[in-house]
Amino acid sequence: MWRDALLVAGKDVRIELRSRVALWQVLPFAVLVLVLFGFALGPGPSALRVAAPGLYWLAVLFTTVLATQRSMAIESGEGTRDGLRLSGIDPAGVFLGKVAAVALQLVAVQVVLGAGIVVLFDVHVATWWLALVASLLATVGLSAAGVLYGALSAGLRVRETLLPLLVLPIVAPVLIAGSRAWSAALSGAVASGASWLKILGPFAAVYLAVGVALYGPLQETA
Amino acid sequence: MSARMRLATRMVGLAALVSTAFTVWLAFWVTPPAKVMGTLVRLLYLHPPVAWVALYCAFGLAALSSLLYLWRRTRTLFWDRLGASAVEVGVVFTALTLITGSLWGRPTWGVWWTWTARLTSTALLLVLFLGYLALRRVPADPEVRARRCAVAALVAFVDVPIVMFSVDWWQTLHQQGTVLNPGLDLKVHGSMAWTMLLGFVAMTLVFVWMVLVRYRVEVLADRIGDEELEVSLSERWAEGSAVTLDPGAPSRGAPGRGAPGLPATLVGVGRRAEDLAEHASPVPEHASLVAEHAAPVPEHASPVAEPLPGHATEPLGGRR
Repeated sequence: MWRDALLVAGKDVRIELRSRVALWQVLPFAVLVLVLFGFALGPGPSALRVAAPGLYWLAVLFTTVLATQRSMAIESGEGTRDGLRLSGIDPAGVFLGKVAAVALQLVAVQVVLGAGIVVLFDVHVATWWLALVASLLATVGLSAAGVLYGALSAGLRVRETLLPLLVLPIVAPVLIAGSRAWSAALSGAVASGASWLKILGPFAAVYLAVGVALYGPLQETA
Repeated sequence: MSARMRLATRMVGLAALVSTAFTVWLAFWVTPPAKVMGTLVRLLYLHPPVAWVALYCAFGLAALSSLLYLWRRTRTLFWDRLGASAVEVGVVFTALTLITGSLWGRPTWGVWWTWTARLTSTALLLVLFLGYLALRRVPADPEVRARRCAVAALVAFVDVPIVMFSVDWWQTLHQQGTVLNPGLDLKVHGSMAWTMLLGFVAMTLVFVWMVLVRYRVEVLADRIGDEELEVSLSERWAEGSAVTLDPGAPSRGAPGRGAPGLPATLVGVGRRAEDLAEHASPVPEHASLVAEHAAPVPEHASPVAEPLPGHATEPLGGRR
């Protein structure tokens, strides 16, 4: 399973590196969202600074939808899905590999977004480790839930509109916990921030487990 | 569906009607207005029962039947249909929960909506299961759709406790449960308690009745889909044999004449699919299901197509 996961992740990452879709479309989109938030809230630095964690996580959520759509789009052409299914690769491995590839892209996006809110919204991070741990856990959870629903809606003609409707409510807890943890990390309130990790951690674990268990039947389906 | 089942549905419907009528009578004419809330308390006989049905009966049943569908030994379309019916009724009841709660909140709290944990998580639950319904409306083979929807329901259901926890922490000033709220619990007694209990029974019966009826609709809709497929298949068979048996039809290798024959058949098939789609407009899923199945038809078209691959593909490509 793990070797298969590595193979699939490697394939996806290679495709992304060569096609540069993530670099030239997903990343600029994330930055654009930040700038638009700035327009929506006005130039006053205090309002932006207070809202920064929430805006950051909203941008990450939107990017997750894009990244999962992209992750499924590269399987949609020329019978690739059938190829993947016939290759004898463990479905759980396919799932974990796809999650890893999406997570890697999300990490890259988050690095840029993090720099973005520091530069554009003038925030100062008091507790770095808390922000980093929260981001990592949230990224795993987001990618797992995203890939699961991406697979569910893959191959449907309405997937572009269906996927956000399915994914965004599911990941609402990540938005809540992530932005709370980041608010705490910015102000240095470690104790209250750390308690939010108790939601991010189980969320990631639960969706990884559900994905490993259910990706098989899902792959047969589509 | 058997006659006995239909009778049972009617009996449940009758019981639901009677108990609801009885609850209405008790709620408006027998029970007194409350000391603090006045006549507003009468919403108490509707709102908690509706919420109970939505949050526990409907989504519990949906999760259970999805699980039983995914379990290989109990995999039948029965569980799929039951789960879908439960979700659909559950969505209606969740919306009613929010509406009745909002009606109660406006005079009591002064606002239609507050961001308390209960309200927020119920609203999220509604959106989660609306997504399920949207997924269900996507045309697909019944088996495929069943598996897809079962997975979606389970994934959504797993999210429910996480949503509850996170929203609870997010808004720590949350409202306590109405029945479990100690202050209110003391006030609900006597005829009011009995009315509320009857309200629970009535709403549960309404739920069971709606699920039974919805299940039957699901079965009938699937049957329509199957029968339309049968009809269109047999018609196409008839058409195919008519073309090959036609005395004027081209023999093997006759150039020029064979080629127009193939597009004619395919155009006929395409038109048939469109006709079906038009006739079946109230049930778009099945119509497009038929259309999807009709489009490729490689087996039936091949007797005509095989003799002249070179000629046949050209006009076909041109028409598309």
